[in-house]
Amino acid sequence: MSDQDVSEVTVTVNGTEIEAQPGEMLIAAADRAGVHIPRFCYHERMSPVGMCRMCLVDVDTGRGPMLQPSCMVPVSEGMVVDTESEDTKRAQEGILEFLLVNHPLDCPVCDKGGECPLQDQTLAYGPGESRFVEEKRHYEKPIPISDLVHLDRERCILCDRCTRFADEIAGDPLIHFTERGNSTQVLTFPDEPFSSYFSGNTVQICPVGALTAAPYRFKARPWDLEENESTCTTCSMGCRIAIQSSRNELVRYLGVDVESVNHGWLCDKGRFNFEAVNSDERLTSPYVRDPDNQRQLIGTDWGSALASSAEAIRRAGPQGVGIIGGSRLTNEDAYAWSKFARSVIGTDNIDAQLGDGLPAELVLGLPPATIADACEADTVLVIGPDLKEELAILHLRLRGAATKGRTQVVQIGAAATGSEPYAQRSIRCQSGEAAKTLSELLSSDDPLAKQLRDGSVVTVLGRSSVAESADPAVAAASVIRAELPHATFLPALRRGNVRGALDMGLAPGFLPGRTRIDNPSAMITQKWTHIPKEQGLGTTEMLQAAVAGQIETLILLGADPLSDFPDRNLAAEAIQKAKAVIAIDNFVTSSVAQADIVLPATAYGEQSGTTTNIEGRISRVTQKITPPGSTRDDWMIATELAWRLGGDLELSSKEDIWREIEQVAPSHAGVTLERVLSHETFEGILVQQSSIDLTLLAPRDTPVADGYGLRLISGRKLWDAATTTAHSPSLRHLAESPSIKVHSNDLQRLGISSGTEVRVISTRATENLTVVADDKVQRGTAVLPFNQPGGSANRFIDATAVINDIRIETL
Amino acid sequence: MSEMTGTPIVHAPGFIANETPRIVTARFDYEDSYTLERYEATDGYQALRKALDQNPEEVHNEVRDATLLGRGGAGFPAGVKWGFCPPGVWPRYLVVNGDESEPGTYKDRLLMELDPHQLIEGCLIACYAVGLSQCFLYIRGEMAVAQERVAQALNDAYEAGYVGKNILGSDFSVDIVLHWGAGAYVVGEETALIESLEGNRGMPRLKPPYFPASIGLYGQPTIVNNVETLANLPWIVQHGAAAFTAIGTESSPGTRMVAVSGHVKRPGVYEIVNGTTTFRDLLYGNDMCGGIRDDNQLKAFVPGGGSAPWFTPDQLDLPFEASQIGPQGSMLGSGAIMVMDETTDIPAAALTLTKFYAHESCGKCVPCREGGTWLEQILRRVVTGRGTPRDLELLIEVGETICPGDFPHAAVPSKGIEAVPFPYRMTTICFVGPSAFAPIHSALTLFREEFEAKVAGNENKTMIEVAVDV
Repeated sequence: MSDQDVSEVTVTVNGTEIEAQPGEMLIAAADRAGVHIPRFCYHERMSPVGMCRMCLVDVDTGRGPMLQPSCMVPVSEGMVVDTESEDTKRAQEGILEFLLVNHPLDCPVCDKGGECPLQDQTLAYGPGESRFVEEKRHYEKPIPISDLVHLDRERCILCDRCTRFADEIAGDPLIHFTERGNSTQVLTFPDEPFSSYFSGNTVQICPVGALTAAPYRFKARPWDLEENESTCTTCSMGCRIAIQSSRNELVRYLGVDVESVNHGWLCDKGRFNFEAVNSDERLTSPYVRDPDNQRQLIGTDWGSALASSAEAIRRAGPQGVGIIGGSRLTNEDAYAWSKFARSVIGTDNIDAQLGDGLPAELVLGLPPATIADACEADTVLVIGPDLKEELAILHLRLRGAATKGRTQVVQIGAAATGSEPYAQRSIRCQSGEAAKTLSELLSSDDPLAKQLRDGSVVTVLGRSSVAESADPAVAAASVIRAELPHATFLPALRRGNVRGALDMGLAPGFLPGRTRIDNPSAMITQKWTHIPKEQGLGTTEMLQAAVAGQIETLILLGADPLSDFPDRNLAAEAIQKAKAVIAIDNFVTSSVAQADIVLPATAYGEQSGTTTNIEGRISRVTQKITPPGSTRDDWMIATELAWRLGGDLELSSKEDIWREIEQVAPSHAGVTLERVLSHETFEGILVQQSSIDLTLLAPRDTPVADGYGLRLISGRKLWDAATTTAHSPSLRHLAESPSIKVHSNDLQRLGISSGTEVRVISTRATENLTVVADDKVQRGTAVLPFNQPGGSANRFIDATAVINDIRIETL
Repeated sequence: MSEMTGTPIVHAPGFIANETPRIVTARFDYEDSYTLERYEATDGYQALRKALDQNPEEVHNEVRDATLLGRGGAGFPAGVKWGFCPPGVWPRYLVVNGDESEPGTYKDRLLMELDPHQLIEGCLIACYAVGLSQCFLYIRGEMAVAQERVAQALNDAYEAGYVGKNILGSDFSVDIVLHWGAGAYVVGEETALIESLEGNRGMPRLKPPYFPASIGLYGQPTIVNNVETLANLPWIVQHGAAAFTAIGTESSPGTRMVAVSGHVKRPGVYEIVNGTTTFRDLLYGNDMCGGIRDDNQLKAFVPGGGSAPWFTPDQLDLPFEASQIGPQGSMLGSGAIMVMDETTDIPAAALTLTKFYAHESCGKCVPCREGGTWLEQILRRVVTGRGTPRDLELLIEVGETICPGDFPHAAVPSKGIEAVPFPYRMTTICFVGPSAFAPIHSALTLFREEFEAKVAGNENKTMIEVAVDV
């Protein structure tokens, strides 16, 4: 819509005058006025193509009524529209008869049957019977066009929605029309599957059952589905979704169109990982280590497991306990654990981030931006991870804004990213040196410097590589704060509700409501019996302390440091040295398998509450199904443990917890339970105020690479060995087997040929890996993805170093 | 009666000279008409020199004053079309529509094969007049000789300094890019042609914008002109608009090329006087087609390409003048006249044309994609004797979903049928869908008894008997 100050135009639709925006398409104006015009190809988030002709209506612009496709006709002053005229009805009947000429009537076995726009509109606008007696078109049905999507070309009505989505929205034009006329069909290119991270959206927007999703095929009938609106917590983007179940089993997620966040789109990981919730491998009862065989976990009851846990906590003493994790939790659960740690255990050793995020004060204290701010900023400066891999829908939103010319994306980083095709500029720097590169840019006469200084800037800030410490990101933030004071920030943190966890104080030195431990709010001192005076340890320090014997009991709150912490050796040693490891989780992850006490928690879809996305937007997650076995909500576990330690959290329900959050968290004041439960959370309630006085610590210098080493760069991939992906049968095969990628010139210099196995040596480990030449990798660097099945960069990374170098040798 | 002078390379009837002044076919008689030497020896590139001595506006005005109607089918005045470029938007492009593929039309092919330099000179004049820096010459994929001749001519013209940087020493520069089509009929539609040029699937673009002059190739202002339209430019610039308008009528000046096929004694391409030559002159004139083959009776003729509604002998005295053809229920279109004599099986003839348009649907609009093929299926069973009387109604009903309301057709005074004037209304983006219906509608309206004969006796056929060819 135009942002110019132009007056509205008046259009008469079916005798009623409605106001419309100049330039707006008639179908959209009619929608807002509550007049439904049937359509198949039109989709409000994509450009109109006018293919299906279903939206033909009588339009009179002074030259008499004429049938016009309302998705292609912009409104004009005085336009008179009749969506119910005889001509319109005849056209609608005719188009539907045409569409059904070749559409198979296999509705009884079609996933779409019951929620099918073709069915529904045939009922409402169709002719009732067909005069077609010939043979219909026949194609092989269905054919898989990717690992997740099946295509039935007989059902396809060629509306161009999926193909437009792939090209226009996803930027993966891997499906297109082939053949012509009556033989026109949607297909992939030969030997090139529709391997898009966003393929599931095409299934959702398909107006017939032509595209079906492998995880949902033949699972349910739409009229058997129950649905709740919720928020996806797979990453921290906070996409709004509808979660659907049938017979108490999650069967499908659908994207919900909210303007502020996801525009209705979802990434395939978020859309399909409901399979993990239904997994038979879920933890459904507590376990403890077998006293007779230390290598084995044996089942136990909650009473014993909680008693053992309380004993382990009591034995360790406040300074001897460390709590790692919490980004899987809802805000309410996180609050309960924050209160439990401080008020009952008396420790500040608690950190929701796994040593791969940003300092909490940066996340909470930098001037905030929203996703919408980013999409409207003159420039979006990305210094962080590959957004396509880590925050896929943010990538989609930025891509949309950039391709429409609303914003310019500029990225500074060491590795190629999925944002490059739409970025105005992709500036390559050495790993860890983004700040230096930015400073140089800003002091040059490059027109980009002027663009950044004079225009609005939103910075998407994160860790470019898991193999770097947070120092380079802090350094970049320092430069931006000093040189571009008008810039605002969007933290590129990936894990679920990490933002909400930080807001609730799951970070050493912070209390709920974005306050520091040395400056508690008045209310919190009333509600909490104890607040530690000393700032506690972050994840890396806790693990180091466990290795040194200072931390005896480690609580893994939905965390898997062995897979997720950058430095596997440190994590492994810490877990081994700790006297007791208590794991609260959904699955037996590699870390859970090493734990002494395992407490099963409820999973997504089994619990209600709120979650907070990277912008600080609070929206609801809702329970849809009954939790399996004896799993419990995380806040209940905290409450139970508190009782056994002689304390009382005085929290008895999620609603109760939210009321207390609203009272004690200054940033959340006014966000009452009523507001949270109201329709307001459809777009989410944005909580941005912060009382954090940000003082950026001077980052450590980045060591210079020696001539023999390659600087290790490790990013996460959308498809990796993440717990929910690994437990979703449809998704677990999608991760690539890991190989280390190096520029061909570097390989030539080392006398190594691509595809061979080499010895990779770091200060932490020496292991064999396959090396592949990739000229998108910057010279002097090596790219190895993080947390891939069968191998991960975490074996080579020293979490205490600013950057990590490796060497490659022939075997 | 003059001798036939078409060159021997033809794979369809060639050019046949007559007594009309020859504007675009003047060099067709020379064996080496396509060479630069012949072109230069016959005043070639003199118009370009003359144009370069004038302001672009003067050249543009000359063309506007000449009322040069577009020869591609729509008949829109070229000089007016040129004026639709939004001021101050650069670059602008010229796209030459050489994707001549309307059934029965083969005049542009001869212009490209026999006088490619005339076309190139026309392109240069257009570019100069409108300020276009780049010209894309899109030639139909099947026209191998035209492609070869135009490519050779373009190379020669580059070498001689007529095309490229600083043409003839002036500060006027134009590059001409050749592009071969890949065999899709609909690419003759100008927006589909632009899509094809951009490397996309050849599918018509949404309208508005109605003219690519505002937003065309690569989103820039683009003039799309037909080959014959551009071939007229050298003559107009050299002889002036007044000389051009002195030929023909005020609303349809100059000459135009028509391609006649079917049941006449001498099918071929003729240059005729616009606005005054009548169909009778063309089909029966001794210097033209010379009458119907075997002196048979004329049954019907298509006056303007396969997509035009049909005429019968009742319309023979109409001239080639759009303002007179439209009210009589058809169009002049691409200048292709297809002649059917008394031996013609009318339903079968309609099927031939409908089959073409159904096959050539790009697949974009539902009414064309689904309706075209369905029409063909119904008509096929009628033609093969499986149809029922109900099918004759069905043909019209299905067609009305593509073209709602009264479809244009000619008058049949003997049957008391009055003409329905052009144009029709349509539920599709472009004309391919209606074109599948046009032959059926004309045939069924003008020769209903032939259809009724085909379905006679089938009143009680079952649906299976109708649907399946046993």
